[in-house]
Amino acid sequence: MKNSQNFINQNYLTYVHYNSPKTKEKRSLLRAFWVGGVICCIGQGFRYLLEFGLGLKGDELSGFVSMIMIFLGSLLTGLGVYDRIGKYAGGGSIVPITGFANSVVSPAMEFKTEGYIYGLAAKMFVIAGPIIVFGVASSVLVGLIYFVGYLIF
Amino acid sequence: MRTISFKNKPVIVATGTTSGPKEGLGEVGKYIDYVSKDDTFGEKTFEKAETKMLYTSIKQALEFSKIKEEDINAIISGDLLNQIIASTFSARNFNIGFLGVYNACASFTESLILGATFLDGGYFNNVICATSSHFSSAERQYRYPLELGCTRPPLSQWTVTGAGALVLSNKGNGPKIVGATIGKIIDYGVSDTNNMCAAMAPCAMDVIKTHFIETNTSPKDYDLIITGDLGAFGSRLLKDLLWEKGFDIQKQHVDCGELIYNIKEDEFQGGSGAGCSSLVFCSYFYNKLKLKKLNRILLVSTGALLSSVSSQQNETIPGIAHLVEVEC
Amino acid sequence: MGVLEILFMLFKVFVVGGAICTLAQLLINYTKITAGRILVYFLLSGVLLQAVGLYQYVVDFAGAGATVPISGFGYLLAKGAIEGAKEGLFKAITGGITAAGMGIASAIVFGYIFALIFKSRSKKN
Repeated sequence: MKNSQNFINQNYLTYVHYNSPKTKEKRSLLRAFWVGGVICCIGQGFRYLLEFGLGLKGDELSGFVSMIMIFLGSLLTGLGVYDRIGKYAGGGSIVPITGFANSVVSPAMEFKTEGYIYGLAAKMFVIAGPIIVFGVASSVLVGLIYFVGYLIF
Repeated sequence: MRTISFKNKPVIVATGTTSGPKEGLGEVGKYIDYVSKDDTFGEKTFEKAETKMLYTSIKQALEFSKIKEEDINAIISGDLLNQIIASTFSARNFNIGFLGVYNACASFTESLILGATFLDGGYFNNVICATSSHFSSAERQYRYPLELGCTRPPLSQWTVTGAGALVLSNKGNGPKIVGATIGKIIDYGVSDTNNMCAAMAPCAMDVIKTHFIETNTSPKDYDLIITGDLGAFGSRLLKDLLWEKGFDIQKQHVDCGELIYNIKEDEFQGGSGAGCSSLVFCSYFYNKLKLKKLNRILLVSTGALLSSVSSQQNETIPGIAHLVEVEC
Repeated sequence: MGVLEILFMLFKVFVVGGAICTLAQLLINYTKITAGRILVYFLLSGVLLQAVGLYQYVVDFAGAGATVPISGFGYLLAKGAIEGAKEGLFKAITGGITAAGMGIASAIVFGYIFALIFKSRSKKN
């Protein structure tokens, strides 16, 4: 039996590659830049609010700021606004923490029809799961490396 | 030989079409029997909505044909959902034999070829052929959740929310199916799941070329050569590929996917899905054929045979296309 | 802190945050990397940069411009782990998760609540 490699018609693929319509690059970069920048500024705004308003500091401050941002991301996803923003801004709304919230809430909403346990809860991390897995694994790795480092030096 | 020439020429006696609101806005929308204001069709899930849509289309085709349910021998239908549940679940409402088909978006012509062959062989008297697709149920199965904020790449197509059904009979008035050519599965090594039109164009080229050669005809003999869902870019690829083989279909070619929406920036390439060719053929083209504005056409539905598993395992995308020749 | 200082800070936040997002958009445009992979790569680069001690400078310079993007989440994880490592093996392992706990917990809780309240709608375009 042949596998995929046997079928490749390189002439055709090259032809397709050169003729396919491309993303409008400059426009998409500009949109990603300003939307991403604005989302970060909103984060900074809440930072000032909590810092000067409630006197929070350090880890507590950054923790509550990310909580607020995740809340906003989830709310906008629920209201059906975030997918519009995402379509407009691309990377500008995927990369901020609100995009992480969007990638958690959107499959959860979507798979609610298959039940609250095997649908909603199980599918919640279909997209965001790798972020948690790699994040936690790499942080443990970094922790262990530093632990060994502190032991030696 | 892959071409069939039907001796008894099965007749398309009636059609029934149902679509979502977005499909009703375009040029084709005026010819659709039932355009829903709401694409959930009053159901709780999108899968149920698609089932209801297909059921409604079959029911309508049955009513228009004035043939009794017990006189229909079989429903041959397909859709894009896993294990073609929209087809099977809508068919459980009828007391009719059922055959399920799957060739992705080429399911419609596949069901037409099978139905016409049963009739031509004299085994059956009346057969219903139908397919459906739904944007939201396809999107959640093949791509991302609906509310995920991601950009649609410029080559992406929009799955048509619609279903088309038709009743084939061995007697009656209407356009006749005179011939068919079944396609080969062809894979040129396209692996980009957003670029399904490039995976499907070679199959359409092959089946159209084979039909021309085996029936000894040329593009000039047909009023229209209708492809299923190649989109704007795929249509261009098809024309180029056929031109390379010595056939110029520039004048005759139209694409259902390009036709169904008033192409704005958002749909990019146009419509796709199993429901695309059935919806457009059963409404728009059936009407033109009946009014004898078109005399002889080729309908070529094209399908990309990928699954969400195969693409994650880095497989390339094989394609398929089946051709049906219709005369009024 | 004066108004001018705050405005200048916001400007820095805007530029740095925007630049990180533009980098992601560049990857989307010019490579075949999907959005899910981009998030993982950005997260890992945040962890890596903080592990070698560089990301802290970006955070000090641009504040939320560096912490709001997903790489800031990686920074938080790495920072927690490094601080925990000073106190022993147990904290070295749990430090990262503790630091990022707020983000994960709120994503799960809000995710569940909003998924219960709202329903997926079909896109119009």
